[in-house]
Amino acid sequence: MTITRANLHLAGADAVTPAHVRHEPPGEHVERNPGQPLDLDLVLAQHVNKSATERRAATIPTRRTVKKQWQAAWLLRAITLIDLTTLSGDDTPGNVRRLCAKAMHPLRPDLEALLGVESLHVTTGAVCVYHALVPTAVEALRGSGIPVAAVSTGFPAGLSPFSTRLAEVRESVAAGAREIDIVITRGHVLTGDWHALYEEVRAFREACGDAHMKAILATGELATLTNVARASMVAMMAGADFIKTSTGKEGVNATLPVSLVMTRMIRAYFERTGYAVGYKPAGGIRSAKNALEYLYLIKEELGDRWLRADLFRFGASGLLTDIERQLEHFATGRYAAAHRQPMV
Amino acid sequence: MASTVPEIFRSMEYGPAPESDKAALAWIDAHKSTFGHHIGGAWTKPKATFDVINPATAKVIAKVSQGSTADVDAAVKAARAALPAWRASSGHDRARQLYALARAVQRHARLFAVLETIDNGKSIRETRDIDIPLVARHFYHHAGWAQLFETEFAGHQGAGVVGQIIPWNFPLLMLAWKVAPALAAGCTVVLKPAEYTPLTALAFAEIAREAGLPAGVLNIVTGDGATGAALVDHPDVDKLAFTGSTDVGRIIRKHTAGSGKKLSLELGGKSPFVVFDDADLDSVVEGVVDAIWFNQGQVCCAGSRLLVKEGIYDRLTEKLRTRMEKLRIGSPLDKAVDMGAIVAPVQLERIASLVEQGKQEGCECWQPSWAVPKEGSFYPPTLFTNVAPSATLAQVEIFGPVLVSMTFRTPEEAVALANNTPFGLAASVWSDNLNLALDVAPKIKAGVVWINCTNLFDAAAGFGGYRESGYGREGGREGMWEYVKPIAPSKAPKAVKPAKPVAKQRATVPASEPASVGIDRTPKLFIGGKQARPDSGYSIRVEGPSGAHLGDVGDGNRKDIRNAVEAARGALGGWSRASGHNRGQILYYVAENLSARAAEFAARLRNMTGVDGAAEVDATIRRLFTYAAWADKWDGQVHQTPIRGVTLAMHEPVGVIGIAAPAAAPLLGFVSLVAPAIACGNTVVATPSEPYPLAVTDFYQVLETSDVPAGVVNIVTGHADELAKVLADHDDVDAIWHFNGRDGAKACELASCGNMKQTWCDWSPRDWMDAAQGEGRAFLRHATQVKNIWIPYGE
Repeated sequence: MTITRANLHLAGADAVTPAHVRHEPPGEHVERNPGQPLDLDLVLAQHVNKSATERRAATIPTRRTVKKQWQAAWLLRAITLIDLTTLSGDDTPGNVRRLCAKAMHPLRPDLEALLGVESLHVTTGAVCVYHALVPTAVEALRGSGIPVAAVSTGFPAGLSPFSTRLAEVRESVAAGAREIDIVITRGHVLTGDWHALYEEVRAFREACGDAHMKAILATGELATLTNVARASMVAMMAGADFIKTSTGKEGVNATLPVSLVMTRMIRAYFERTGYAVGYKPAGGIRSAKNALEYLYLIKEELGDRWLRADLFRFGASGLLTDIERQLEHFATGRYAAAHRQPMV
Repeated sequence: MASTVPEIFRSMEYGPAPESDKAALAWIDAHKSTFGHHIGGAWTKPKATFDVINPATAKVIAKVSQGSTADVDAAVKAARAALPAWRASSGHDRARQLYALARAVQRHARLFAVLETIDNGKSIRETRDIDIPLVARHFYHHAGWAQLFETEFAGHQGAGVVGQIIPWNFPLLMLAWKVAPALAAGCTVVLKPAEYTPLTALAFAEIAREAGLPAGVLNIVTGDGATGAALVDHPDVDKLAFTGSTDVGRIIRKHTAGSGKKLSLELGGKSPFVVFDDADLDSVVEGVVDAIWFNQGQVCCAGSRLLVKEGIYDRLTEKLRTRMEKLRIGSPLDKAVDMGAIVAPVQLERIASLVEQGKQEGCECWQPSWAVPKEGSFYPPTLFTNVAPSATLAQVEIFGPVLVSMTFRTPEEAVALANNTPFGLAASVWSDNLNLALDVAPKIKAGVVWINCTNLFDAAAGFGGYRESGYGREGGREGMWEYVKPIAPSKAPKAVKPAKPVAKQRATVPASEPASVGIDRTPKLFIGGKQARPDSGYSIRVEGPSGAHLGDVGDGNRKDIRNAVEAARGALGGWSRASGHNRGQILYYVAENLSARAAEFAARLRNMTGVDGAAEVDATIRRLFTYAAWADKWDGQVHQTPIRGVTLAMHEPVGVIGIAAPAAAPLLGFVSLVAPAIACGNTVVATPSEPYPLAVTDFYQVLETSDVPAGVVNIVTGHADELAKVLADHDDVDAIWHFNGRDGAKACELASCGNMKQTWCDWSPRDWMDAAQGEGRAFLRHATQVKNIWIPYGE
């Protein structure tokens, strides 16, 4: 489908929206963001002071920390937020099945027992693969309730024909993917063509149907934090369920300053519309400590409700192993080795 | 509170994250929890001890000694004894010592951080990540100044024995700000830490000795205000440096008036935090957190007055309230709190009572829903809205986590509100429009302006205030000047002819000889570019060396000074904005016109003093050329601070300067003071010396013909000491330069307390004909104050 200019909300076209109504955080169920007309006033009103943002981001890890059982519990929560991911050219059904097994049982049973958390039935948030591996993953995860996410729309560059990008979304959904991680055309952001970006994402969202859509902004290629903020806003207006930093293939992937900007946009969108959009930092988050820093950021900027898998994910592959090691250390008091954790 | 892993997994609460205080307590224990002073490299026996209390727990953690006058005297003696060797040591040797101190601070970083936290109540995050790293940075930076001392401060030496009195809000950091430049310059030190927070200073003294600092170079005397007073009054102290309240600063100024002690004061503030509507508001919110909830708001430069563009006020204050709910307050040793304890119950009470008063005055108070710990001195972050500039809360320094807010409509109004305070320490300006931010920053009367940031400090950038926030700078090259003095000239100044007593009576005394046959020329006052008759209607007789009647000058009074200051204030805006080139051209023109009348001036000088004036007139013309030359060359600096951005150290004029010109060299002395002042963009009200005013009254005709704008130079003749006192008393005069005798200088220093204006007094005669003594950078430094503007950038 296409969006005609007639139903776009153009700058100054109608009365000011009732901004900043106080909304309570969503309860158990998060209502999907239906999107809203493109509000260019709001998009262009976003500008970010980079130095100030970096200063705030730098103190998030120094102002907050969790120790002992708090750390263990937070790390367990982090596991449930992971989109356990493999996105390699050499992925095969074999390694994807292994990934799925790890997603369903991220912790060794003896470790779960030591921690006393068997009752929590901890699994990762999802498994994330290329389209070709979706059927394998769906099959492997059957009955677990863990959704399969597929990267799509000409991932990672997003420069294939629009029609094939749309078709790709539909095929992944048909193959059983419940979440679609789309990539945006960075050129639309870099040239300031917000209409084009809006229409593109809106079309992807239509194609997703019931599958949830994560919009990858590829922030490492957007040049400025102001661009990140504006692209975040447009993606949410176009109906993104999640906004996501990176494909993992850009030179710079998820960072705390970028996360600060995107979560602030999520907050602004929520305050304006009442719709809670999720956040997914991806790429480069490899240590348990780093993962906790993201959780502090989310708790501080968005609140506890955003610390659940329907509103937050890590896009990561190696992270889980480090979390396991830290949990083992907490449980046994001895430092752990990676080779003793079941391989992803 | 959830405490099992599954419970916390569900609640996602924060838990306790305590930093251990074991090592710090062990250090206190090792001293049997009782401390003497650290004098001459050794501990004194503890005597007359008082309790040191951890404000977060209200528990006594140590006892320290109340320094007596004798203790202070012993410490000053030790510092005096250590001075010759320390001052004579090479810059390189001192650099080695300072470098060792920096390393020692880093080696013991966590001990200092924890000790500071249990002594002061500020969070371990701040002591660990901000205070102590900055302490080390200060010693490293000043190791560099010591190394470069002989070349960068050629002709200067350490000021001598320095008395330093520091506050409780940044105990070790303030020690570093004071001690590092002093030691680098070759001064020896007696430092009194605040009574609430003496421990890190004592630990530092001990560690400094271990690091090899010679005995007596750094002495620590603990105690309360009485100990501080003994240090201030000690006759053998050459320089005093004080950080603390404006009230105490005022007392120190009074006590030291006329003593010739060098003085630098870093006093209170009520710093504006100005937010324009194009600012990144989420970043502004974090800026406010750093401005007023950093160190519980117990920061002299805390951004405590939030000035917001009217249209975004509601949105910003709503965002602030949301953010305040998220702040965590609690045990300062907890690594995950934002705010710790208020330093002492008395301070807590002061904050609470000011907040009460604010509510009674109709300001709206908002505090987060959570409660502060019951034990210990804690106060929640507080936001006041609907605050009028006249409200008590908008005017007084609260020194607590209390923010007052108000709106403005235009940039002009923002500047006016920002400057609507007796203080002038710091300001923060938030706008993503560079044109706007860089236009506003110089207009705010403050020693530091942070653009899109706040509370950034670095050893390379000077820190210090305008107005009643004190004078002198700490940090950077500008800070080093506070601790040096010129090496006395080998050439002794020419003996100055003692001033003749002036006729006491104010009415003209009939001359013994008939007046001259020429057309009468009546010298008048020169105010606002016009020749003005004195308000009093009286004149003062001026005689030559043999008693001949040379003329009569106006007997100026306080109303004439009032008018002159008004004229100077009025002219200041335009003159300070004029380009250096433009000011230089005018000074050249003054020199040109003086040169055209050189013979007449030389004769006038000879008539008055009996000495041929040709050489003095020639020197005066040269001096005018010197400052015409400097007018477009007295550049500021770009400091190398550790930000992505620039820190501009701008030379700004001080404002309206009152000048009491010396009797020695009646014309040259006058011009030697007025020329640098106006070259730097100040306007002046000057009084010529009593016995020799006529060269100066002649000189206003030169000014009139040289395009000097009206009000830039104002001349009031009369009884010099009386006039100088009126100038020193005047709240709209920003500085007073008194070069006309010790008695008048002392009176000026005493009177300067009113608005804490800067004073510059000459305590010993100066040879004005000698360019080394009569002109140069020292004059320019006094004619300017350094404003550091921090401008981070990056898109």
